[in-house]
Amino acid sequence: MPKRNDIHSILIIGSGPIVIGQACEFDYSGTQACKALREEGYRVILINSNPATIMTDPELADRTYIEPITVDVVEQVIERERPDALLPTMGGQTALNTAIGLAKRGTLAKYNVQLIGASIEAIHKAEDRETFKQVMQRIGLRVPDSGVAKSREDAMRVVERVGFPAIVRPSFTMGGTGGNIAYNREEFERHVDWGLAMSPVGEILVEQSVIGWKEFELEVMRDLKDNVVIVCPIENFDAMGIHTGDSITVAPAMTLTDKEYQVMRDAAVRIIREIGVDTGGSNIQFGLHPKTGEMVVIEMNPRVSRSSALASKATGFPIAKIAAKLAVGYTLDEITNDITRVTKASFEPTIDYVVFKIPRFAFEKFPGADQTLTTQMKSVGEAMAMGRTFKEALHKALRSLEVDRYGLVSLRGLDHGIPDGANREELTAQVRTALQTPHPDRLWHLADAMRLGISIEELYTLTHIDPWFLDQVRELVDFEGRLQAASEMLNVKSKKLSDSLDMELLWEAKRLGFADRRIAQLTGKTPEAVRQQRIAGAPAGTTGGVTYKRVDTCAAEFEAQTPYLYSTYERTCEARPTQRKKVVILGGGPNRIGQGIEFDYCCVHAAFALREEGVETIMVNCNPETVSTDYDTSDRLYFEPLTEEDVRNIVDRERPDGVVVQFGGQTPLKLAIPLERAGIKILGTSPDAIDRAEDRERFRELLNKLNLRQPASGTARSAGEAVRIAAGIGYPVMVRPSYVLGGRAMRIVYDAAGLMHYMATAVNASPEHPVLVDKYLEDAIEIDVDAISDGKRVVVAGIMEHIEEAGVHSGDSACSLPPYTLDAAVVDDIRQQTVALAMELGVVGLMNVQFAVRGGVIYVLEVNPRGSRTVPFVSKAIGVPLAKLAMKVMIGQTLDQLGFTTAPQPAHISVKEAVFPFTKFAGVDVLLGPEMKSTGEVMGMDADFGWAFAKSQSAAGVSLPRGGTVLFSVKDQDKPAALDVARRLRQLGFRIEATRGTAAHLRQHGVDSDEVNKVTEGRPHLVDHIKNGEISLVINTVWGQASQADSASIRREALQRGVPYYTTMPGARAAGMAIEAMLKKGLTIRSLQEYHRPTMKSEG
Amino acid sequence: MGKAVLALADGTVFDGQALGHEGETMGEVVFNTAMTGYQEILTDPSYKGQIVTMTCPHIGNYGVTQQDTESRRIWAEGFIVKESGRRPSNWRAEQSLDEYLKESRVVGIQGIDTRELTRHLRETGSQQGIISHVDLDHRRATEKARTAPSIVGRDLAAEVTCGKSYEWTEGSGSWTPVTNGQQPNKPVRRFNIVVYDFGVKRNILRRLVDVGCAVTVVPASTPAKAVEALMPDGVVLSNGPGDPEGVPYAVEAAKALIGTRPILGICLGHQILGLAFGLKTYKLKFGHHAANHPVMDLRTRKVEITSQNHNFAVRPPEGATVAAAKPPVLTTPFGRVAVSHLSLNDDSVEGMVCLDQPVLSVQYHPEASPGPHDSAYLFEQFIGMMEKSHA
Repeated sequence: MPKRNDIHSILIIGSGPIVIGQACEFDYSGTQACKALREEGYRVILINSNPATIMTDPELADRTYIEPITVDVVEQVIERERPDALLPTMGGQTALNTAIGLAKRGTLAKYNVQLIGASIEAIHKAEDRETFKQVMQRIGLRVPDSGVAKSREDAMRVVERVGFPAIVRPSFTMGGTGGNIAYNREEFERHVDWGLAMSPVGEILVEQSVIGWKEFELEVMRDLKDNVVIVCPIENFDAMGIHTGDSITVAPAMTLTDKEYQVMRDAAVRIIREIGVDTGGSNIQFGLHPKTGEMVVIEMNPRVSRSSALASKATGFPIAKIAAKLAVGYTLDEITNDITRVTKASFEPTIDYVVFKIPRFAFEKFPGADQTLTTQMKSVGEAMAMGRTFKEALHKALRSLEVDRYGLVSLRGLDHGIPDGANREELTAQVRTALQTPHPDRLWHLADAMRLGISIEELYTLTHIDPWFLDQVRELVDFEGRLQAASEMLNVKSKKLSDSLDMELLWEAKRLGFADRRIAQLTGKTPEAVRQQRIAGAPAGTTGGVTYKRVDTCAAEFEAQTPYLYSTYERTCEARPTQRKKVVILGGGPNRIGQGIEFDYCCVHAAFALREEGVETIMVNCNPETVSTDYDTSDRLYFEPLTEEDVRNIVDRERPDGVVVQFGGQTPLKLAIPLERAGIKILGTSPDAIDRAEDRERFRELLNKLNLRQPASGTARSAGEAVRIAAGIGYPVMVRPSYVLGGRAMRIVYDAAGLMHYMATAVNASPEHPVLVDKYLEDAIEIDVDAISDGKRVVVAGIMEHIEEAGVHSGDSACSLPPYTLDAAVVDDIRQQTVALAMELGVVGLMNVQFAVRGGVIYVLEVNPRGSRTVPFVSKAIGVPLAKLAMKVMIGQTLDQLGFTTAPQPAHISVKEAVFPFTKFAGVDVLLGPEMKSTGEVMGMDADFGWAFAKSQSAAGVSLPRGGTVLFSVKDQDKPAALDVARRLRQLGFRIEATRGTAAHLRQHGVDSDEVNKVTEGRPHLVDHIKNGEISLVINTVWGQASQADSASIRREALQRGVPYYTTMPGARAAGMAIEAMLKKGLTIRSLQEYHRPTMKSEG
Repeated sequence: MGKAVLALADGTVFDGQALGHEGETMGEVVFNTAMTGYQEILTDPSYKGQIVTMTCPHIGNYGVTQQDTESRRIWAEGFIVKESGRRPSNWRAEQSLDEYLKESRVVGIQGIDTRELTRHLRETGSQQGIISHVDLDHRRATEKARTAPSIVGRDLAAEVTCGKSYEWTEGSGSWTPVTNGQQPNKPVRRFNIVVYDFGVKRNILRRLVDVGCAVTVVPASTPAKAVEALMPDGVVLSNGPGDPEGVPYAVEAAKALIGTRPILGICLGHQILGLAFGLKTYKLKFGHHAANHPVMDLRTRKVEITSQNHNFAVRPPEGATVAAAKPPVLTTPFGRVAVSHLSLNDDSVEGMVCLDQPVLSVQYHPEASPGPHDSAYLFEQFIGMMEKSHA
């Protein structure tokens, strides 16, 4: 059936900021959908509040609204744009929930907007747990016993029936937010309360636990002729009980017989038919009893999902793109398979390799968070690897994670056997305990357990991981033993470490996926020696033995036209490099806090820019969620770990004209020097300049040379040295390890005791790993600057004033472009300093500088000669694709040639706000500090600062009140500032409630306020008031550890109740301005194309 | 693990490790891209004369169970996998793949670049090959591979068919396909049918029982008269190995039976019907061996994902493409025959229906096993034909 002609314009809702459970995968799907629909000639209207997405690039839609994704705002978009249809299945749970809201309000009916992709009825059947259960039973499928509860009493009634352990699942949340496993009544009550609070509809499902059952996922597509295909069966390495986003997953399914698989496939087909998803994709999860084969349906997502992104990357079948085409009426047999170009999308991919996905966690950022893996997702990213075998893929995935483990390294020093004097029984007991609860390090614990001789049977009992998987891991551990034994024999024989390993053994190791580094570790050699041996002994036609195979959807039955490649150690290589001018772009690897979608955005732009210039692009990345790993983005895609070894292998094979390390964040930047040392050309800013900016001492010299100021600082190689430096420069000081991203282990310390504690617990200072000690500038304003340089000319593209004071990590701070309080002279000075820095460093490409301003004095905090987190935000704010320009500059064009000699000075205000995962980590304090904790960001744009900030808050999920009671509890030094804010809010009609000291201060200065007890002062206290719903805004600032602990319950309660809270005075002040703006005039929206009409291409 | 060598007639050689029975084996080397169902594949009599390569790299993961066999023994001449694994895991597993191959005296090889082999076969076409554990010399192995018998024109059905007729009573049990949300309708009456065993897969028999048939299986060479004497309500011409031109007696039997009672042809049975209708058959470059092939039912224009295993096909009439608006219709001595199904991959003929006689045939495997159950409806259509002819 050809495409529908009765619709002409389609609204797509994005997924908003990156949060745990909703990440880049929805940029990938949304981007594919936009491209596919525009290709078909539809007018595409997009709304997404996340500026760091490719989908919000103005070229990708006819109208792009970077506005909060709320029912109110989307209604306005509909009113303005009058789309014929709404596609709600590309933007995760956010889009689905918004679509439901629009339907309920009658907006869709009022404006005659058709829902395509999934009907409200289908969404309801799949998402409403009780309805889903009934539907499954009607078609003869089993689901775990369960019941819906809207109160604790309801929940108790259900759990009496289903028994413990029981699973609590809030309705209509994503990533299992608020979900938990309860093993007893006490845990149950706690989880029920939390779950009810987390569900937007105050409803939970209490479900019989099928912990320990095998878990599978099927990605299903259906067209309106009722053709159904399964894109990929995925098997979870981790059994039921761990959220699939936190599970290691493997494709294809490994332990299902054909009989079992077909029963599951039949069930999936029946489910998608019965639920009624008639034009698009769905994800369906199954549990299978390991001893009886009994099957239960766990859940279905009637939309594209994280798993569908994974399945797309795992097979080469672009689910979102095809789902978009199905939504407008095409059938599967009418759509060509891009990879073979001869076959149709109406088929089921078959793969001749193994895909291994492993989650990336960030618990180190959230001290106090429970690291047990449960039904609620806690990971912040993931890496995927492909190999010809499970073992090879596993190894590649481990090094893709970038956790500085190049294999199954022992967590207990058992890499070379059990050390003398170690207590084997104690170690064994330790490992057993570690394995009893699922934990991010479980795979490494398993390897240690095997080293200690714990049997597969026992490990199965402990973990419920299928024995097939366990035995695969064991094969790797066994092989490590062989490697060691061989190298020991070698050493005994010749007493020389330099001797080569047995060549056959080395190849076997490489086929098993062992990294050179790990082989070196186990055999007492250097990674370079292992590499050189590989190169010397390589079979003809390969470099170092590596071969590349293509992902072709069909296990080689048809020829692949698309160079989507992974490495393996086989006999023939299918890379077939071209002789064209070409550039390798190194991606950012798995998402983590501090390195996320912003960097992927830059990499994708680099690829687009090179394509425009006729240069062949070669992308290297291992993050399956991203647009960069879409085979459409670059000319050639290597889905590979971003380690020195893997990148050098690719460069050896491709012989590119240069490598780009500027865009993928710290991951590729770390490789700049090793790659250059290996004779590889780094494009743009030289690795030496990067080092000059990163190396503390060299950086100081640089600033001195330019006569620029920086906070007093020193580099400590021991705790004693740190204390000496701090005494010299004066407390408070900011301390951190060198070479980190995202403020890892960064703290502000106020005295020597605090510093000693930090040095003892948080870092391990040494001459190789020094600790940086900086003077902390209290109450300074922080500024972020992004600039671009071609080596001759520097254009300062964006100057952003942080809302929160210096000391809050720049990634966690809101900011305004242009600055909203700084005076013009300071801004101009900042611009000049930026230019001087770029010129001195010889930057070619992008550069980011962070400044602090206090008392009119400008300090340089740091310089990053690379694409920064704010590049996409600035690009969207000023309407210039900076990363693209930077890439062009890096291949030799000048800014003059590119016509970018001055940055536009927009008349509107753009505010960036960070989004935090605190709701996922019960018990963690929400205070902001120098260590970055946010997972994503949103952007608010408007004519004035107040509304821009209000939009940014709304987009981040914070709905500012228009009236009610504001609760103040602030530290002494903030009292003057609090007074301003309180006065303004009072004038706007708010009631003010404050703790004793604050209240006294306010009253003294003529602001009415009611006094409320602190938690320590008896009841009812302020937390009671929050609990009772009497507070509509919380302003709470603290100083020092003790008061932090005292007031943590205030912030926690506000978070849990969804009450907006501000923990810095500048934040509170901005909120006040936002509320004022909201009360003065109504919401207005504008598309990016309208904002940037003169500078940006619009209306395609 | 011992060493092994795989040599193809064109001189391509792979060194690998021994799998299964120690020895040497020859046959036509083909590849199958199904990710599950290795046991069903090994025991499918249609693989007689062939060495099967599995493109999925891990084979043997879930072991082997007697329940999942498609015939009384392994028929593939040899087995090629990337990695067979040392520890199978599944609640029904009774033994490992390696043990099963050893017990069945089937020679295999593992640890080779099966993707390279597959691409090579795709480019050059399936060809004769040898797996040896005993003589690893490349030149000698290649020489021997060249002498391996071809499957063209051979009567392989005679080698795999049953010795004498028998009744089959077992159904699919808990593995019964359910694709429409309900259990299949109970048939209005019980039909007696005869299945010609050219190398029949048990799942054809199980599926026939599922839809309510009393099944009598007869040897491949059974004359039409002998079948008619049994007075069946319908006849099934089964799948089987090799070249339909190798079984002229079966074509004759088919000619005699067309028009007398409803006939369902599957795979080789479909090709036999093609020859009986006076159409031609030809050998495909590397055959269709997969569980993911899309086939369009031209009558409904719906696509089913099918299980396939054949090296020959019925030559399509002019203009038979998926893109064509109408299914081509041929005139034959038995009346009009329409092409009912085509492959979306290569437009090859995947099904025929006789418009003037109750005859229905498909090139692919509606009984699946291994593979998806999308085509299960064909057994119901066969029942429908029998109901109609009784009405």
